[in-house]
Amino acid sequence: MIQRKPARWLSQALRSYAILVYAFLYLPIVVLVIFSFTRDEFGVRWTGFTLDWYIRLFNNPRLMGAAVNTLIVGVASTLVATLLGTLLALALERYRFRGRGAVDGLLYLPIVMPEIVMAVALLACSALAFDLINALTGHVLRRNLVTVTIGHIAFSISFVTVVVRASLKHFDRRLEEAAADLGANSWQIFWRITFPLILPGVIGGALLAFTLSLDDFIISLFLSGPGTSLLPVEVYNRVRRAITPEINAISTLMLLLSITLVVLSQLAQRRR
Amino acid sequence: MSDTPAIELHDVVKQFGATYAVDHVSLQVGDGEFFSLLGPSGCGKTTTLRMIAGFEYPSHGEVLIHGRAMAATPPHRRPVNTVFQSYALFPHMSVAQNVAFGLQMKGVPKHELGPRVQAALEMVRLDGFDQRRPREMSGGQQQRVALARALVNQPEVLLLDEPLGALDQKLRKEMQFELKRLQHRVGITFIFVTHDQEEALTMSDRIAVMNQGKVLQVGSPTEIYERPTCRFVADFIGETNFIEGQVVAHDGGYATIQSHDGLELRGVTPRPVSVGAHATLSLRPEKARLLTPDQAQSVQETFRLAVKVELVSYIGSDTRITVRLNAQRTLDVWEQNTRSTLDRNAYWQPGEDAVLVCPPENALVLVE
Amino acid sequence: MRVIGMIDQIRMRRDRRNLLALLAPGMLWLLAFFALPLVIILLYSILTNGPRGAIVWQPTLENYRTLFTQTIYVNAYLRSIRISLETTLICLLLGYPLALFIVRQPAHWRTLLIFLVLIPFWTNFLVRIYAWQIILANNGLINGGLTALGLTPLALLNTEGATLLGLVYGELPFMVLPLYAALARFDFTQLEAAADLGANRWQAFWRVMVPQTMPGIVAGSVLVFIPTLGQFVVAELLGGAKVDYLGNLIQRLFLRSNPINWPLGSALAVIMMVILLALIFWYFRVTREDER
Ligand SMILES: Nc1ncnc2c1ncn2[C@@H]1O[C@H](COP(=O)(O)OP(=O)(O)O)[C@@H](O)[C@H]1O
Ligand SMILES: [Mg+2]
Repeated sequence: MIQRKPARWLSQALRSYAILVYAFLYLPIVVLVIFSFTRDEFGVRWTGFTLDWYIRLFNNPRLMGAAVNTLIVGVASTLVATLLGTLLALALERYRFRGRGAVDGLLYLPIVMPEIVMAVALLACSALAFDLINALTGHVLRRNLVTVTIGHIAFSISFVTVVVRASLKHFDRRLEEAAADLGANSWQIFWRITFPLILPGVIGGALLAFTLSLDDFIISLFLSGPGTSLLPVEVYNRVRRAITPEINAISTLMLLLSITLVVLSQLAQRRR
Repeated sequence: MSDTPAIELHDVVKQFGATYAVDHVSLQVGDGEFFSLLGPSGCGKTTTLRMIAGFEYPSHGEVLIHGRAMAATPPHRRPVNTVFQSYALFPHMSVAQNVAFGLQMKGVPKHELGPRVQAALEMVRLDGFDQRRPREMSGGQQQRVALARALVNQPEVLLLDEPLGALDQKLRKEMQFELKRLQHRVGITFIFVTHDQEEALTMSDRIAVMNQGKVLQVGSPTEIYERPTCRFVADFIGETNFIEGQVVAHDGGYATIQSHDGLELRGVTPRPVSVGAHATLSLRPEKARLLTPDQAQSVQETFRLAVKVELVSYIGSDTRITVRLNAQRTLDVWEQNTRSTLDRNAYWQPGEDAVLVCPPENALVLVE
Repeated sequence: MRVIGMIDQIRMRRDRRNLLALLAPGMLWLLAFFALPLVIILLYSILTNGPRGAIVWQPTLENYRTLFTQTIYVNAYLRSIRISLETTLICLLLGYPLALFIVRQPAHWRTLLIFLVLIPFWTNFLVRIYAWQIILANNGLINGGLTALGLTPLALLNTEGATLLGLVYGELPFMVLPLYAALARFDFTQLEAAADLGANRWQAFWRVMVPQTMPGIVAGSVLVFIPTLGQFVVAELLGGAKVDYLGNLIQRLFLRSNPINWPLGSALAVIMMVILLALIFWYFRVTREDER
């Protein structure tokens, strides 16, 4: 592409502007990280360095329990969503069939649907299902980690499918023909050619699903039952009351984890 | 080796929706032959090859490999291997792993893999490259990996789909030679797809010329060039002048046509003709001679046309001359520059009167 | 040929079986845990709310009537729609020059710059919004600075301005990404062509660049507008929950309000879904037309 040099002042202005916008995007993150190390007990002033808040965090059984729950839900929902999402991506990229458009639509809806709508719908659905089970069998069920996991899978599938489909789009199907030509059957073709080549996409999708699950707050809020608190919900409940350096610390850790996962997922997808 | 042909196509048709990609094709390819499918892009060469490899199944007719019907045999069970136009090397495997793939699929024991892969790489002169990734190699090298990967399996037939299409001119020439050498050495039947007539002529034992899904003619390079049986083949292979007319007489392999502008011309008939049939005379530009009216006096047994030189292009080895026969018609004649001279008079000049002469055995009368 | 017909049939049947195996698990999951729940709230929205939040299986349109007549609800959507539009517009104004800047950088910089926009997109929304509290709080960073300079502190937190700021901050990446994609497809030599034909920069921008990047503008706007319409966290954390938005109402009706009213909350969620579908429909019409 031949690029015309825009007027100097214009490109200077654009550059300064971009720097400001990036500053805007990262200012809160930087502030949060810095104020997780302050001695100030209100967590909004710099009064010296300390690691106290992190230590306190790790000694807080309630928060640690919530963190463990979050990880359990994250791992479980990632495994299921990655499997189902990858299968769907294969179906959509490899086959023409009637109703493909409808499947496509159903897949994109969870991505654009406001989370709160999905959350209340799942809440209503679970309540109805539990009432039904109660009426039929007499068992009393409560919302717990399983209901949250189910919800997380429902929205993660779509994201996994999008990412895996992208890697299938780049995929040269002649490689599979070449493998067949060299004597590989469909099973061998899938495991020796197709899967290794889309693996970066699958890993990318899995890491995104995991990040989404860890970050999700709304569905977790609506679907977790009493006593099965998740980390973002725990943070929400505290944040609504006051700023504390302890929350700064746990937020910093959550940010760090997400950023690590995103970077990993990007690296995985780039390694083609 | 046996007498059964390596490949037989019996009345094969492949339809994609309403289009006939391959239209009632029958072919026999002998064992050890270098056989080319030649034709313009879109004429059905790839589709034909893919039906032999098993990636497509005929809509009608059948494919036999060494006498065995292939209708129910999926690609991975066929005794053929393909060199793809895009090479289709596995990007996540090293060169050695690529070459070993087919052997592993066959269940060749591990300890045999190394030596056989090495031998295949040596054969294509790529020894020492075994740990490279395909993307770290040049186009020509990738091409040879693809060859090694196919040949290492010792297929009964090797299918090559425009394997040299992506290479530059010089490399192409080298690889043409290399391929011939390899085929000689391994003695495997090659079916070679190309749209480049020169490539097909240089390399093949026999050529099938295709157009619009049909095979128009099968023959050796000389047969295809010297005795095309139809206008399309004469036109597609090499260059030629066409003069249309009607057959007025024929005898012993020759025919005379009368052109629409009243000329009587004689030529060889590769296929039987009948008087009154619509026919085309094909006259290759290098097979006609241009003489001065004086020189022409002494020439016998040929047709002669009085012409005027119109355009002269000196291209080094040849001089290409366009002459005007009458208001409607010009013809091309090529003269080889056998004498080295700077003398302007040694070459034709526009405006000169000349006589175009051609013995009947150098011209062809083609009927559709 | 008969044999060929038979083999084709076997092949097709095997294909269909494979397709079903790939498609069924994911589709069933989405039908059961995404589509069915939506149908259920559609159903709830026409049921009657009983004492102590029980659902009475009596069909009614009362919920919708309430939502369209009672001022607290009507005001809530008007407020939601207004703040969503404001957010969308500000994101567009902020995002377009940024996307333009990124697109004009050399390729390796481009990847990094877009990645830097992407990172906040995937990090915890709640946490990032919370971080603004530290900055805006009465004893927070900005007011700390103002006091140190001897100026009077300002009431920044718990204002509508703070809510708007948080929303723009949270949604900006959703705007930049589609704009970037659209601008990356734009052939910048067309600006030269426009200049050659006598257009000044401004005319070239409006008449050549904007129309061609319209799909990105529309996609970004839809992607910002929709989640903003349902937000309640920002309004709570930065706006101080002083006024109601759609999201806060839904949350209250389902989890908090005393008594709980699920049918009414469902009706609200359904209205939100309808707005969403209308927007998506509009989006597809605009982009389709553009392709022609
Ligand atoms: N999978 C396909 N679906 C529809 N049409 C096809 C397909 N493959 C080939 N064709 C059509 O069949 C004709 C022959 O194609 P091909 O065999 O690739 O020609 P060639 O290799 O000689 O260039 C072309 O008109 C092409 O468009
Ligand atoms: Mg082809």
